[in-house]
Amino acid sequence: MPGLEDLYREIILDHYRSPRNRGELESPPAVRVEGFNPLCGDEIVVTLDVEDGVVADIKIAGTGCSISQSSASLMSAAVKGKTVDEARELIATFKGMMSIHEATLPAGATGAGDGTAAEAAEVEPEAIDVDALGELAALQGVVKFPVRIKCATLSWNTLAQGLDEAAAV
Amino acid sequence: MADLTAPAAAAPALDVATLRKDFPLLAREVHGHPITYLDSAASSQRPTAVLDAMREYDETTHANVHRGVYAIAEEATRRFEAARVDVGRFIGAPDPGREIVFTKNATEALNLVAHAWGRTHLGRGDVVVLTEMEHHANIVPWHMLAAERGIELRWLPIDDDGRLVLDDLDNVLDGAKLLGVTCMSNVLGTLNPVADLAAAAHAAGAVVVADACQSVPHLPVDVAALGVDFLAFSAHKMLGPTGIGVLWGREELLAELPPFLGGGEMILDVRKDGFTPNDIPWRFEAGTPPITEAIGLGAAVAYLEAVGMDAVRAHEVSLTAYALDTLQARFGDDIRIFGPPDPVDRGGVLSFAFGDVHPHDVSQILDQYGVCVRAGHHCAKPLMRRLGVTATARASFGPYNDERDVDTLVEALGAARDFFA
Repeated sequence: MPGLEDLYREIILDHYRSPRNRGELESPPAVRVEGFNPLCGDEIVVTLDVEDGVVADIKIAGTGCSISQSSASLMSAAVKGKTVDEARELIATFKGMMSIHEATLPAGATGAGDGTAAEAAEVEPEAIDVDALGELAALQGVVKFPVRIKCATLSWNTLAQGLDEAAAV
Repeated sequence: MADLTAPAAAAPALDVATLRKDFPLLAREVHGHPITYLDSAASSQRPTAVLDAMREYDETTHANVHRGVYAIAEEATRRFEAARVDVGRFIGAPDPGREIVFTKNATEALNLVAHAWGRTHLGRGDVVVLTEMEHHANIVPWHMLAAERGIELRWLPIDDDGRLVLDDLDNVLDGAKLLGVTCMSNVLGTLNPVADLAAAAHAAGAVVVADACQSVPHLPVDVAALGVDFLAFSAHKMLGPTGIGVLWGREELLAELPPFLGGGEMILDVRKDGFTPNDIPWRFEAGTPPITEAIGLGAAVAYLEAVGMDAVRAHEVSLTAYALDTLQARFGDDIRIFGPPDPVDRGGVLSFAFGDVHPHDVSQILDQYGVCVRAGHHCAKPLMRRLGVTATARASFGPYNDERDVDTLVEALGAARDFFA
């Protein structure tokens, strides 16, 4: 049986209590994207400035549980200052980590599909370098709690959408 | 409203310790703790009597209904129709054999009303009145009809204690064709004054569809006393199986409605140039119905009748009072319990905000103690917005819950508070 310490790692609780990059950037010029978790009603707002192919700034707003909030906070710290390509790579790696175990779960165990599994299939499980995720690896334990995976991936799906919109501008 | 909230003073006390033994699932452990099941508003557990009745039917009697002339087919049909009558009698239906429609669940029952009644009675500009505390099942079918037919939705608001605000009722109902109202909120526990609302709606020329998912399992319900026109509820919230719901409708209203789904069972005749629909209630039951489930629902009704709905209600009022007192005494301002403060005005559903701890996290910690509560928006997002939250944690009672369950909840919440402090 997975224990609570697998889910609520100290880094996660730290980011939950003291979220980084909290707020909203002025939009426009920032790209503003909203994400919803239809299962629990959690909402997240990601605003980001992309300049010369670099995520120059990012802010997170909205409400959610400790897992969705800390994941968003960790994400914002991880992608700020990275190139868009690096950010996309990180999204793929993170979602790959979230889906390794997802693939072994009974069908539908993670609720309504949002393309997570399909997108994650782009990354072969053995190719995922968890070490490269740094602090984000703290969220690895979430996969042992299937219903919470959506909480952890909400901000990442929203960021991916934001990067797409920034590229389209 | 007296029919819903009158104290059941004469009811014999419920012997919960004995009753619990009828529910095999309550004997299991979760994460090394005895299970504390506090999610009956989502789905209740089933007594052995229900499980046995379904198994016995499957092992001795099963055949398709309304078809074969052989012995077990006749027995199956008789038992299926007997269950229908039992369910109808349970809610005081004047003509139970014709007024009870079996559906997949309560959601389908409400969709049936929106489809069969709505499409024949509502057109552009017609008004449907709903309350802010409705479940999505009594909102979305009307939204769909609004998009399709241009009807207007109006909303009866709630006050900060989770009661309907009726000051402007006559204005809201003016010109309305239908009122959709829940008998008891699945989030707030609020018991609505359905009989008064039905009288006002009828005076305004509107029909009334009541969502009774949370009331039928927990207190005596009499459709004649309520005065509504349609009433929907679900078996799996009243100790019965999943896969079957019920729509009760006034005989004269059902009789003039067109079919809902098309197929076998719902017809008298089919020709190349058309079909003739069956009589009620079968007109609304296309295809092979949930037969085993109907037998299970009949057994659940018999079980609840044997326990006594007055006794169930009295027990749950007392347990709710204990829970409200205990939670507030232990957590004070750290807990915000939504809904009416007086247990007599509400059912055994306690939605709450717990300090800064998100409902998901509350529920996750509670699970480690074997405590099952729901966390989320409870399919009532308009209500969540009115309350100013995105989600709540919700503990809800069934007749098998007792004060020990509440004590376990309180201890586990204490652990959750410490964890996130």
